[in-house]
Amino acid sequence: MSALVQVRELVREYPMGQERVAALRGVSFDVVAGDYAAIVGPSGCGKSTLLNLIGVIDRPTSGSVSIGGDRVDQLSDARATEFRLRRIGFVFQRFYLMQALTARENVELPLSEAGLKGAPRRERARALLEYVGLGAREKHRPSQLSGGEQQRVAIARALANAPRLLLADEPTGELDARTGEEMIALFERLNTDGTTILVVTHDEDLAGAARRVIHMRDGTIVGDERAR
Amino acid sequence: MLLTLAAASLLRHRARTLLAILGVAVSAGMLLDMVMLSSGMRESFRSLLVSQGFQLRISPKGTLPFDTEATIRDGDSIVTLLRGMTDVMAVSPVLGGQLHIPVANGAVATSALGIIPSVEGDYELVGGRQLARANEMVANDALLRALGRAVGDTVHAGSGYDSQLRSLAGERVLHIVGRARFVYMASEQKGAAVPITTLRDMQGRGDDKPVSLMMVRLAPDQDVEAARARIERLFPRVTVISTAEALQQVDERLSYFRQLAVILGAVSLVVGFLLVTTLVTVSVNERIGEIAVMRAIGVHRWRVVAQIVTEAGAMMLAATPLGLALGLITARYLNSILARFPGVPERIDFFLFQPRSAWTALALLAVSGVLAAVYPSWRSASLPIATTLRQEAVG
Repeated sequence: MSALVQVRELVREYPMGQERVAALRGVSFDVVAGDYAAIVGPSGCGKSTLLNLIGVIDRPTSGSVSIGGDRVDQLSDARATEFRLRRIGFVFQRFYLMQALTARENVELPLSEAGLKGAPRRERARALLEYVGLGAREKHRPSQLSGGEQQRVAIARALANAPRLLLADEPTGELDARTGEEMIALFERLNTDGTTILVVTHDEDLAGAARRVIHMRDGTIVGDERAR
Repeated sequence: MLLTLAAASLLRHRARTLLAILGVAVSAGMLLDMVMLSSGMRESFRSLLVSQGFQLRISPKGTLPFDTEATIRDGDSIVTLLRGMTDVMAVSPVLGGQLHIPVANGAVATSALGIIPSVEGDYELVGGRQLARANEMVANDALLRALGRAVGDTVHAGSGYDSQLRSLAGERVLHIVGRARFVYMASEQKGAAVPITTLRDMQGRGDDKPVSLMMVRLAPDQDVEAARARIERLFPRVTVISTAEALQQVDERLSYFRQLAVILGAVSLVVGFLLVTTLVTVSVNERIGEIAVMRAIGVHRWRVVAQIVTEAGAMMLAATPLGLALGLITARYLNSILARFPGVPERIDFFLFQPRSAWTALALLAVSGVLAAVYPSWRSASLPIATTLRQEAVG
């Protein structure tokens, strides 16, 4: 299978006072299309930094990231934004839904940005909410939804423009065990339906559900195993 | 979607938004007042000078356009010569003076104009009728109030009054036939008009035929400046001033008013600008995580900027009608105070509302609102997404 994500010798350093601290020290790996990989490791090992670089919301100090054959590590702000909009879905630990918008409007936000208007946009948002099991909650605002429901809305939003790659940073971190299990099931279904998933997690159950587990420590990959 | 987010952001802290709108409205009101002040007096003077349709004013050489002490001797002969000119439609001679009218405790002194009723341009009748005979008088409300008289009454009047002897000089019995509003007189200034020959006789100057001022109405499409120069050449004893020149003089004398208006207007604009900048900055700082997420999921930088600028614009828009009303009320109040300035014609408005003033104030506000929002929103939209999200997650 061809590599959807190619990471080569990725280094990310941050200035800290007079010194520079390396969050990533030359990370290289591939993720093939259709894969479901979990990145695990202790706090501060560089997992989220790696995810941010693959998600084109940060720039590496050196090295390269290619997604679908396109180099994305040096894109201009406008092109990086466009890339994130159409090619990548992002799910965050804290959901980060727009509190002023309803569930459906939250899902419509990236659709609107991509230029979809009126009824087709509403229909697409409804279909995505149905997909994540929240068809009946489309008019609810985030404050009226449980944590699990909010994360489902966030996933529907991430899938809005049908990205091939879904990136999730601790998606079960704010959820209780039972809701976390529901989320794991949803991720499995998404992957089965063809979405490539790269998830950063401390949650052993979530990592255990992935097909591949990448272990990180001190900014490097120390293990890479196929879970099943 | 953009509007929904902007509206939601403003409604999130209703009280704060409302207070900011009130603040901007006060600033907008003051700005409107200053714009009105900067052009109002000039426009008001212009409309006063052109209202009676006279383009030229002739006064004794070296005096201001109307000085009751200075007169042109044998003014009637100049009037006759002027009327003979082909480009002159009408000449209205005016003689200024004072009348004294005895009342129970002494005498009321009033400004008096001697005019020719058929061509006068100094007052508007608001009751009764125009002068038709030599022993008739029109008076304004201030004089009628002071005398306790009304149209139809008769008074004894003189051009002088000896308070010791309680006797009048040049005494005449005058019938009050009309109520008038004098165009060039100050508010509460007592005023009366009588035929010019009557006033001359009362002053004992019937033979001199003096005139304080002549107003000249030219035929349509005549070159005013050419006529002015020609009349001045023909009559070396007089100064001829056109409406345009008079306006220029007014302009010069009002320049400090305009400077004051510009400075105060700029201050109110800056206050409005700072208010909006503060509110937008606070609001943006509160939503920094939300903005970073919007950027992370693919919302373009310009869209974030547009949303925040829309919020600022909406505040300005909401404040505008309020500011307009506030500005007009304040202007009216200030006008009523300033109208009591001695010597200022009643019809002069310091703060004259013109649609252009409102549009100018609105445009200045809109521009300052947009500028106030652009910088904080652009700065926030340019924040590093990953770092901001990490800080938000830790926070």
